[in-house]
Amino acid sequence: MRQAVGLYLTIARGAFRRYSTYRMATFSGAVTNSVFAVILAATFLALWRARPGLGGYDARAAVTYIWVSQALLVSVAAWGGGFQDELQTRFRSGDIAVDLYRPVDFQGWWLATDLGRAGFQLLVRGGVPLAVGALWFGARLPRSPLTWPLFLLSALLAVVVSFGVRFLVSLSGFWLHDAEGLRALTGVASMFLSGMLLPLTLFPAGAGAVARALPWAAIVQLPCDVFLERRHGLAVLGELGFQLGWALVLFGLGRVGLRLATRKVVVQGG
Amino acid sequence: MELIELDRVSRTFTVRSKAGRLRRRRHEVRAVDGLSFTVRAGECVGYIGPNGAGKSTTIKMLTGILVPSAGRLRVAGVDPARERVALARRIGVVFGQRTTLWWDLPLRDSYELARRLYRIEPARYAANLERCVELLQLGDLLDTPVRQLSLGQRMRGDLGAALLHDPQVLYLDEPTIGLDVLSKARVREFLREVNAAGTTVLLTTHDLTDIEQLCGRVMVIDHGRLVFDGDLAGLHAAGRSERTLVVDLARPGPPIEAPGARVVKVAGARQWLAFPAEQSAAPIVAAVADRYPLQDLSVREPVIEDVIARMYAGAVGG
Repeated sequence: MRQAVGLYLTIARGAFRRYSTYRMATFSGAVTNSVFAVILAATFLALWRARPGLGGYDARAAVTYIWVSQALLVSVAAWGGGFQDELQTRFRSGDIAVDLYRPVDFQGWWLATDLGRAGFQLLVRGGVPLAVGALWFGARLPRSPLTWPLFLLSALLAVVVSFGVRFLVSLSGFWLHDAEGLRALTGVASMFLSGMLLPLTLFPAGAGAVARALPWAAIVQLPCDVFLERRHGLAVLGELGFQLGWALVLFGLGRVGLRLATRKVVVQGG
Repeated sequence: MELIELDRVSRTFTVRSKAGRLRRRRHEVRAVDGLSFTVRAGECVGYIGPNGAGKSTTIKMLTGILVPSAGRLRVAGVDPARERVALARRIGVVFGQRTTLWWDLPLRDSYELARRLYRIEPARYAANLERCVELLQLGDLLDTPVRQLSLGQRMRGDLGAALLHDPQVLYLDEPTIGLDVLSKARVREFLREVNAAGTTVLLTTHDLTDIEQLCGRVMVIDHGRLVFDGDLAGLHAAGRSERTLVVDLARPGPPIEAPGARVVKVAGARQWLAFPAEQSAAPIVAAVADRYPLQDLSVREPVIEDVIARMYAGAVGG
């Protein structure tokens, strides 16, 4: 057990450090996030001035929602990406064979890799936009100090849920020569259904209820709501429980999918 | 002790090809076809054959990432496909064209990962790392990001990573591909040491010098079947290999007549004489020097590609 924890920590730390070697890319990414957030925040402000209290958020909360969601965007890979890019390249080049030679759980390997990456990106590509937003637009920071660790936990679960979805998409690479089409499709679905573009409470009633029950809601909407302290006391645990539930279900599905895929093991090229 | 055992192992792939606008035709390709052989612990075996012969498929089955369609397969007593992860701790795999190293990080980080992956005890890790650093001359490279290494350096790094956990078997797929002469020599020297220390080596290559210098035994596979299994001399005999005597005369002349040799090419004053590889060149040289205005000569060793090609030709003809 201790050995396994040490191994996965080493993998995650390696991924963290690998991402940290590309400083210029990280810096320009953080700037991009901030610029987009400025544009979106201005749009949201105009919208909420016209329709105060829209979707249950006041203008300040709506703007904060933008900053927090932009801070999460890359870390939770709301567009897809992260480990997915790497895995897809390895499918195409046949390097995936090398991964299979390792005495390590395939799914665990990539989850650890993705968590390492997400950790680094939350720090830099999350921290910078959040700081810009707080200083420039005056974001609503949590009142209770307990909210910060809850938010971090929620962000962690968001990454695991997002990993679960992306892992299933990537597994299709074992059957399809290229998972790119499916990936683009789920990327767009994720953009809408995660609450990245608009909070899900703004969706029409029926569609909104469906969207809030789907796993994508756990990726952006829920951590943002935790940050905004939309729910109190045990209700917060309910939110985290929703995330944990989807995380487990998706991880389990990934497990089954992986078993089917390994049974099929056809490695392209090589 | 038999470390690797294959008993009538086959592997078929289903290939779909277009047969009309929507229809797909399925047909089966036999990548490995009833392959049987054994490898004893401590052997160094060259596993060669043309592209698409079934070499990679065999290696994939031996490492457990591909399940045989039929037959029985055992490596170190276990069924690789069934116990892939457990077996992975006891084998090492190196691909010349792929890397297991973390591209963006110093070599040392990948070794640290290997230590965790293979659960290598600290003392053994330290000793093995020291040995690899010494034999592969990795000292200056440990703290260099892998992406900055040359191909030869990266290859050495990969070899080190594959050996830190003292694997019983080392599978090598084209370990010297693309390397310069010096790097090739270094890699071969290292592999010789590794084999001498008791590690069983199975080597796939197109560079037959690798085999000449490392392997006491050669297996040739073609169309998924074993067509030769023996030592290098046996391969030469099976391929009726020939050495070539290149003779430079003082002036152009008619084809040389010498007992036991035949002229295969004439270009001006230079002539090429072929003779069986196992025969001595001395009597031919003496005969030529005696009767012709000899200026210079050299002997060329057989190229094993040709040997194999002739063996295939023979097999098809017979």
